[in-house]
Amino acid sequence: MKPPIDNSTPTPRKGIRRLWHSFRQLFAQTPLLGWLFGFLLASILENLIGYPLARVLGLSKIPVLFGVDIALKTPLLLPATLLYDLIIYIIPLFLTVRYLTPFANRLAAWLLRAPMWVSALIHMALLFLVLYLWTGINDYRVLVAKLMMVSIIITLSLNVVNGYMGEFSCSHPGFIALGAYIASIITVGFFVGGNLKFVILPAYLAPLVFPLALILGGVVAALGALLVAIPSFRTRGDYLAIISLAFMFIVKSMFENLEILGGARGFGDQPNLATLPVVFIWTMLCIWIINNFVQSTMGKALNAVRDNELAADAMTVDTRKTKMVTFLFAAFWAGIAGGLLAHVIRYVNPGTFGLQKLAEVLAMVYFGGLNSVIGSIVGAIGYNLLSEMLRPLELIKWLIIPLLLILVMIFRPTGLIAFREFDLHKILQPKIPAKMEEVENVPPSS
Amino acid sequence: MSLLQVKKMTHYFGGLRAVYNYNLDINPGEIHGLIGPNGAGKTTIFNLITGIYTPTEGDILLDGKSIKGMRPHLIAAAGLARTFQNLRLWRYMTVLEHVKLAHYSKITYGLSGAFFNTRKRSQEENKITQKSMELLKLAGISHLADTVVTNLPYGAQRRLELARALAIEPKILFLDEPTAGMNPEEMLQMMDIIRKVQRQFNLAIFLIEHRMRLVMELSDRVQTLVFGEVVAEGLPEEVRNNPVVIDAYLGKEVET
Ligand SMILES: Nc1ncnc2c1ncn2[C@@H]1O[C@H](COP(=O)(O)OP(=O)(O)O)[C@@H](O)[C@H]1O
Ligand SMILES: [Mg+2]
Repeated sequence: MKPPIDNSTPTPRKGIRRLWHSFRQLFAQTPLLGWLFGFLLASILENLIGYPLARVLGLSKIPVLFGVDIALKTPLLLPATLLYDLIIYIIPLFLTVRYLTPFANRLAAWLLRAPMWVSALIHMALLFLVLYLWTGINDYRVLVAKLMMVSIIITLSLNVVNGYMGEFSCSHPGFIALGAYIASIITVGFFVGGNLKFVILPAYLAPLVFPLALILGGVVAALGALLVAIPSFRTRGDYLAIISLAFMFIVKSMFENLEILGGARGFGDQPNLATLPVVFIWTMLCIWIINNFVQSTMGKALNAVRDNELAADAMTVDTRKTKMVTFLFAAFWAGIAGGLLAHVIRYVNPGTFGLQKLAEVLAMVYFGGLNSVIGSIVGAIGYNLLSEMLRPLELIKWLIIPLLLILVMIFRPTGLIAFREFDLHKILQPKIPAKMEEVENVPPSS
Repeated sequence: MSLLQVKKMTHYFGGLRAVYNYNLDINPGEIHGLIGPNGAGKTTIFNLITGIYTPTEGDILLDGKSIKGMRPHLIAAAGLARTFQNLRLWRYMTVLEHVKLAHYSKITYGLSGAFFNTRKRSQEENKITQKSMELLKLAGISHLADTVVTNLPYGAQRRLELARALAIEPKILFLDEPTAGMNPEEMLQMMDIIRKVQRQFNLAIFLIEHRMRLVMELSDRVQTLVFGEVVAEGLPEEVRNNPVVIDAYLGKEVET
């Protein structure tokens, strides 16, 4: 990446190239902390002047997802939404990156003098603040953000089985359903009543019972996984795909036929326990634990099972146990995600957990990238954003999304960001060294 | 008492008799060679002893205890390591990760350590990393520690297989044609490494080889296998000069 060093007559193309280059250099030096500051500034700005600005620009309300939905519905408003994005997001981001990067680098370096978890927690707190302020604009954003985070848990947990371990499991919707129903039964049964009344407990206990309900949902999902794992992993051979698919349908029809749980109609009235901070904390916990697992030597056994099982056996790896434990572990997190999901939309019905859900989950995993924590995060966020932003297109959306997926599969068969380690230290560290080097290299003229 | 003992082992693949009435005794620190033409059943013998297949008849004793029918990872953990004739590496993992993973059976931090990255885990992982780096040095590939195996030269891949097998701290090491596909220079280096390893750990080695020179120089005893049956057995010179062996196998090989 050498800067173009030539003093010949400037042409527009060279100008653009130079601009692009300095642009990239500018951003390459910005640590995560700098970006967080930028987004923080943008969301504060939006909270302060977003609404008046939108009105001045002739928009009836603040564009919810960067105005894509507005522009798709009424293309005439495209310039106004672009201007809005420019003023609220792009300019503040650019200014922060331009002027705050040295400070952010110094701060990032200083933070890393303490144990890494201190810096990680501070980054997370900032991220949450940004999310909180950005979603504070309206309830729709809150919903999208929560669904996105639930999707991250779902995608990551499936990636552990389908990506890291190289098996092909189709039962995730079933595990999500188990988690969703179990957690809902508990919260509704203990705090709401109606059809499913156990004993009604005082409402202040609800936030304490909720994590237990989620965990119970996860455990039940893991027990369900045991039913799939025992016949699938007892022998060598690819039975998992078919058995897990059958499991998904069995779970779905089981809930369809359970009249106490509303049958095919499902049931609602889940208390509002999956608040933004709660979903955020569970998501971070999931990323942390799964990332720990896949980076440990024990977790590397998954890759060994995938890439050469015979060699794994010969190197003392208990491959059967590895497969079982991993599959149950993934199901547990799918169950947690299910419980959260039910309390985000505050309604469950069996129809949600069918083939369409499966297609969606698989799409997020393969779109984001196999064997990669970052890939799953990107896959989940990307898919959800896209799906929400293209909502005004209605049916056409269901042409565009598969088309994009096909393109990804053609050009990156393992997904966008596959086989990359999630190196926390690298993410948190300052990017000063790169800057010093480039300062030396850049000719004085530029 | 011998370290590894195989008694009257016979194995059929369907109707094909791959190994017939095979006997073996290996003492601690001994290098035992197994030669024979392609398809004779040498690799099958390795697969039978290491638990990939269970022999139709016969028994296998390690330290006097039968390991017949045990699952392969337990046999490996009991002290029986191997390399593969057709390299079996894990394509997306680095060299260091390969050797680290072969410490699997000795990991004590458990699932809680794996999930929550406990202090115990980082200490143990560090120790495993150190041990692995030493083995990589021994195999002469420590400079490649962070390379993903698909980018390794062929010779280094073979050395990695050896280093990985040593990581399980075996009592006996099975080498299936460790110099297959190597040029003469690489072969000599490999011989040095095998000797060094054998001396350093006082390791028993069970060696399958095609190249006469390597087997004859390294082995204390040699067996010749033809169509699944041992046709000659003894000291290297005895086997080399045995007319049956020359007839069945060596004749062609020595000339070329
Ligand atoms: N899994 C198997 N199923 C059926 N036949 C096999 C299997 N493995 C090996 N064989 C057969 O057993 C014989 C011995 O093979 P092998 O042990 O690989 O020979 P070598 O290693 O001496 O070259 C060959 O005829 C081979 O085709
Ligand atoms: Mg062979």
